[in-house]
Amino acid sequence: MSSDPTLMHNGSLALKPGYADHAADALRDLHHARDAVDFQLDHHHDVASTIQLGFWIYLMSDCLLFSGLFATYALLSSHTAGGPTGAELFDLPGVLTETMFLLVSSFTCGLASLAMNADRRNATVGWLAVTFLLGLGFIGMEVHEFAHLVAIGAGPDRSAFLSSFFTLVATHGLHVTCGLIFMAVMMVAVLKKGLTATNRARLVNLSLFWHFLDIIWVGVFSLVYLFGVAH
Amino acid sequence: MNRPPASRFARFTRLLPLLPATLLLGGCHWALLDPKGPIGEAERTIILTAGGLMLLVVVPVIVLSILIPWRYRASNKQAEYRPEWSHSNKIEAVMWSIPIAIVAVLAVICWRTSHQLDPFRPIPSTQRPVHIEAVALNWKWLFIYPDQHVATVNEVAMPVGVPVVFHLTSATVMNSFFIPRLGSQIYAMANMQTAVNLVASLPGTYRGISANFNGDGFSGMTFKVKAMSRGDFNQWLAKAASAGQTLDASAYRALEKPSENVPVRYYSQVMPELFQQILEGEFAPGRLLAKTGTGTIRRD
Amino acid sequence: MFGKLTLSAIPYSNPIIMGAVAFMVICVVAVLGTITYLGKWKYLWTEWLTSVDHKKIGIMYLILAGIMLLRGFADALMMRLQQALAYGSNLGYLPPQHFDQVFSAHGTIMIFFMAMPFVIGLMNCILPLQLGARDVAFPLMNNLSFWLTAAGAVLVNISLAIGNFSRAGWLGFAPLSELHFSPSVGVDYWIWALQISGIGTTLTGVNFITTILKMRAPGMKLMRMPVFAWASLCTNVLIVAAFPILTVTLALLTMDRYLGTHFFTNALGGDPMMYINLIWIWGHPEVYILILPLFGVYSEIVPTLSGKRLFGYTSMVYATMGIALLSLIVWLHHFFTMGNGADVNTFFGITTMIIAVPTGVKIFNWLLTMYRGRVRFETPMLWTVGFLITFTIGGMSGVLLAEPPADFVLHNSLFLVAHFHNVIIGGVVFGVFAGLTYWFPKIFGFRLNERLGRWAFWCWFIGFYVAFMPLYALGLMGATRRMDHYDVAAWQPLFIVAACGAAIIFAGIIVQVVQVVVSIRQREQTRDLTGDPWNGRTLEWSVPSPAPAYNFARIPVVRDRDAFWDMKQRGVDLKASTFVPIHMPRNKAAGFIVAGCAFVTAFAMIWHIWWLAIAGLAGVLVTLIRHAFDDDREFHVDADEVRRLEALHGRVEARSL
Repeated sequence: MSSDPTLMHNGSLALKPGYADHAADALRDLHHARDAVDFQLDHHHDVASTIQLGFWIYLMSDCLLFSGLFATYALLSSHTAGGPTGAELFDLPGVLTETMFLLVSSFTCGLASLAMNADRRNATVGWLAVTFLLGLGFIGMEVHEFAHLVAIGAGPDRSAFLSSFFTLVATHGLHVTCGLIFMAVMMVAVLKKGLTATNRARLVNLSLFWHFLDIIWVGVFSLVYLFGVAH
Repeated sequence: MNRPPASRFARFTRLLPLLPATLLLGGCHWALLDPKGPIGEAERTIILTAGGLMLLVVVPVIVLSILIPWRYRASNKQAEYRPEWSHSNKIEAVMWSIPIAIVAVLAVICWRTSHQLDPFRPIPSTQRPVHIEAVALNWKWLFIYPDQHVATVNEVAMPVGVPVVFHLTSATVMNSFFIPRLGSQIYAMANMQTAVNLVASLPGTYRGISANFNGDGFSGMTFKVKAMSRGDFNQWLAKAASAGQTLDASAYRALEKPSENVPVRYYSQVMPELFQQILEGEFAPGRLLAKTGTGTIRRD
Repeated sequence: MFGKLTLSAIPYSNPIIMGAVAFMVICVVAVLGTITYLGKWKYLWTEWLTSVDHKKIGIMYLILAGIMLLRGFADALMMRLQQALAYGSNLGYLPPQHFDQVFSAHGTIMIFFMAMPFVIGLMNCILPLQLGARDVAFPLMNNLSFWLTAAGAVLVNISLAIGNFSRAGWLGFAPLSELHFSPSVGVDYWIWALQISGIGTTLTGVNFITTILKMRAPGMKLMRMPVFAWASLCTNVLIVAAFPILTVTLALLTMDRYLGTHFFTNALGGDPMMYINLIWIWGHPEVYILILPLFGVYSEIVPTLSGKRLFGYTSMVYATMGIALLSLIVWLHHFFTMGNGADVNTFFGITTMIIAVPTGVKIFNWLLTMYRGRVRFETPMLWTVGFLITFTIGGMSGVLLAEPPADFVLHNSLFLVAHFHNVIIGGVVFGVFAGLTYWFPKIFGFRLNERLGRWAFWCWFIGFYVAFMPLYALGLMGATRRMDHYDVAAWQPLFIVAACGAAIIFAGIIVQVVQVVVSIRQREQTRDLTGDPWNGRTLEWSVPSPAPAYNFARIPVVRDRDAFWDMKQRGVDLKASTFVPIHMPRNKAAGFIVAGCAFVTAFAMIWHIWWLAIAGLAGVLVTLIRHAFDDDREFHVDADEVRRLEALHGRVEARSL
């Protein structure tokens, strides 16, 4: 005797004899069976949300990576070893400009998402391009800041404080750079193939990533620069 | 390395018959179970108490791990068989409470003894403690007696029944200062000062080691701990003071160079503040910069 | 042009190393030659190396782990022999420079390239089948994870022939691992091997969490998952939580060694204590990453071989979660002797002891599962009973070490070494062998030879006690770990006994190798035609052995915790009459290529060949971008093909044929 529903070619259900013996079971099985049908035929629907969950988990692990760097910085920020301190080195107006670049880029990235949801391909690419340029500007300013610090003898090998400063900020910068490469690839992909389901899923991940980096930067700005200058 | 392999293996086999004898008669080799000072004794008590407490569960569990599968072996058709039985609130309550109870007792022991036996905690005594500064070098121990102005390498003497405060630092990687017969070890770390309070209650010569792996010379970095009467201790100090060598900056730099299996050495004079200077990285490479490093000094 | 790499990097003058290298080269050449002779390169490439099938990736993990077990065990034998000899005037046969590499390699290999691949391999082989899924969430990423792990393993082995390996222990404690104290490439090999395999492991974590949360069969609520799936979920959460910290720690050490920063140096404000903290913040969860999945394995074997439901499922699940959470707040017990102060030590001492509670509950659960059951003493059960006894002893010595004042004398001693081998061999290794024997028919389609399995068990079980009980005693005698030589006569007999124990374990390993060979030759007699050789309870036993590429011709509907047991009770027919086409991911070379480029980058970084490092990184990037534009990722197994494959296993209803 079997009460297991069987899936037909067309997705309908074939129920075997003996099934009606258990009315309650039948209802429950029917419910399960519908799930099973969804599972087997509507496979693609689930894929996008699976990818997104995976990306979220990755972001959490990345967040922990940054938490390790933040903790390191918090511990070593006072270990200046007779070298320059944050208050002596940080150019707050410059960093504020840098911050604005990134904050605005997060906004334009949001606009790109809106354009994508409205099915406007060119607008999506356009806003991505603006975001890309702002991100590039951010990286440019950061590289400039680093070059300046190294030039005045405040490089990462000067003290534990500077080691942790450079590493934390550069790791964020490296992430932004990866984000820029991701963005460039997505612009090409959208231009070539349009707003396909795959591209949409990836654009969602890209914007998640970009906003995530923004949040990390707010942490860097507050903990490193504001605190550093205040001390 | 000098012997040919054949004779090495011959030695190996000759030793085998001695084995049971060594195991049985070797009571005096159980350094941790046969300590020579109150700190070590307290720690032995903890090991035995905690071990005993846990045996209350561990022994029954091991017995049950054998009895239950045997009793309910598939071929034993007499045994009860209840394939669906998988839950019992009563049993679960017992199952959780036994380990909780034991851990609760162990936690109380943990709280009390961690504080009582904190290595930094001075040992109450009517005697004035002896202060000894110990520096871990590659690969030997330097001992400085700041009040007596002598220093030694790989040998440390202490009067019996008098608390000794070891102030520790390292001029190299992390080391761990450990005299198994006396108790508590503690790390010796560069730019850091740690301390351990010990006392010997019986005279004798004990083995001291660095317990933390520190490179090629690790195994040979042992030192002799000589616990002796006050009179012998004073004689020992006098012997060290007459050794003639002076430990000044250049002698220290020479000593600091890596060396292995270093024999005992005495210094009759020590430059003042040597320990402090080592601690502050005065002798570290690139010292001008290092000097202003963290210099964090731990409570002592 | 070649950075620091010259021909003098090959240790020609050391006969022991050159012998090992020669042996390795002969093995590799023999394998490559055989493949060429059989003309199997194309098959190997398309069906295995580029496979995205979780079952094949799992098998590759198991093979990697098995090979590395042999390598790591060779190191263990060398250490035991050295310590059995090196008393007094006899310096043994290994100079410290070599001995230090041996114990560093032993720890690194056994944890990262033996235990981890075994555990992840088992998860790969079984988890999707238990969940009623057709694959993991990200099949290609799974392939990449494997190859990153393999690349790390290859780096460790190459260090034997080119250059040298780290002499700073398996955790590379700073400042010993800093450039000033360890100027050679050894530490760099260690860093890069761990870094790239660690990234692979993190990706595995992401992959499996998503798989477990998203791809369970309909009806399988979280509280209906098999305990192995629960244990795997907790493990992978720990992986995602802990491995980023390893990545950071290694990256900071890399910065110190390559760019002259001062994170963990003795100078300019560096803080070596921070390294010890960071590495253990990863390291402690890591030991639970190893043991939790095996707790899951035992929880599968005990009910099946006792013919009974698992006792206290809910307790088991909460105990697993509790252990996972607690494992994140106990790291400081690895260095009570750093001078942290009594309050801090007490906190971490007590959190550590609390872990004994859920662990104890688990042991009671397994015992109560056997209670009133019908226990079959097949090999997996032997390993399980061996585990219960051995692990209990290891747990006891662990709680003892959690008392800070006891640790003040036992820290760094051979007592500690005995303790962690007691839990890792008694828990992880026994569990891996139990799980392998149990699932072997599911993975390969035929059973392992039972008689040789028993021999192997007894060798391991007895060998373990002979090898490690003397180390407990030595620890209590004040003997510390990692000595290449000692001067206390009373220790030598115990070291000799320990060496004999290692030899007994070695006999067990040889029996296991023979067991695999014999089982392959006997495979026609021991083939599992039912798919359910043990009268199993979970879904993996509902499919044929070995499972077809798509796992389930139709996704099962789950109504109970022991889903397959429930189906058998209800008399559900595994035969089907109708079939639907099945989506499958296509095999891709991208994972292999990315990991290959990562390997090249790592090797180039170790030897300071900057141009090659950049080229390797560029290779990674280009491969990833090319893959992003590759739309040909899936294919259909059409219904008739599914019907044909199912018919091979007699799973098509007669009237519909």
